[in-house]
Amino acid sequence: MNTLKWTYEVDGSDFTRAGEASSAVKKNLRKLGVPPEAIRKVSIALYEGEINMVIHANGGVITVEMTPEKIDMVLADTGKGIPDIEQAMKEGWSTAPDEVRSLGFGAGMGLPNMKKYSDEMKIDSTVGVGTTVYMTVYLQ
Amino acid sequence: MNVQDIMRVLDAELICGEDNLDVEVHNACGSDMMSDVLAYVKDQAVLLTGLVNIQVVRTADMMDMVCIVFVRGKEPDADMIALAERRGMVMLKTQHRMFTACGLLWENGLRGGGKANEHLKMDL
Ligand SMILES: Nc1ncnc2c1ncn2[C@@H]1O[C@H](COP(=O)(O)OP(=O)(O)OP(=O)(O)O)[C@@H](O)[C@H]1O
Ligand SMILES: [Mg+2]
Repeated sequence: MNTLKWTYEVDGSDFTRAGEASSAVKKNLRKLGVPPEAIRKVSIALYEGEINMVIHANGGVITVEMTPEKIDMVLADTGKGIPDIEQAMKEGWSTAPDEVRSLGFGAGMGLPNMKKYSDEMKIDSTVGVGTTVYMTVYLQ
Repeated sequence: MNVQDIMRVLDAELICGEDNLDVEVHNACGSDMMSDVLAYVKDQAVLLTGLVNIQVVRTADMMDMVCIVFVRGKEPDADMIALAERRGMVMLKTQHRMFTACGLLWENGLRGGGKANEHLKMDL
């Protein structure tokens, strides 16, 4: 019952457009009257994930599903994959090149921050195949 | 203080957002790393930065910030201004460098967040 679903293509070749999907989701949630704290959690977690899809993979697809109980986010890319997820989750671990750092990202804070802002998070990744990040924020 | 006070204290130029100059602000952060802004900032309403690209505006938007101050006279481009305007965000430009701009605002009553290690232990 009462499930809303949004899907966004994330263009991996255009850094300037990274965050458009997260921005659109935030706007939708606002319109729907979702509590501000939940909107903030979803926005930050999703934005970090979307930026990762652009700077580390070649873009992909973001799906957001909302029920009265929770908001589920799935970020699926077909990028290079993460060889060691445990290491990638550590604060400060980053393989971002200097070029990314000059754009203001690449401190190795994104994945830990996604974990912090989501209530549940899971990463599936296969090197050479891609990465899928699942995040959930509960509304109640 | 409000955004108008920030303009005065930093001798800053208004780029956009003239309708929101009387918004009250209490906390600010200064950074050129958006990663750190996303990871450590909580309830800071003002972002001081020397970084100029559209992700600065998106980051501030995701954090519900009300004002971006570009230090060292940096100029946002037309796309950044358009996005900030759509979000009702104020953008200012000051010739002061980061340290001085932050110092002037602190002196006039703005504060930052806690220490990074405190933040990590902090609840949402
Ligand atoms: N979708 C992805 N595909 C491939 N590798 C990824 C992906 N997401 C993260 N990684 C890897 O995990 C590392 C850590 O990611 P994390 O988001 O924590 O930091 P970062 O993106 O490097 O920097 P920051 O998020 O602070 O800007 C990345 O440097 C990259 O090596
Ligand atoms: Mg990241």
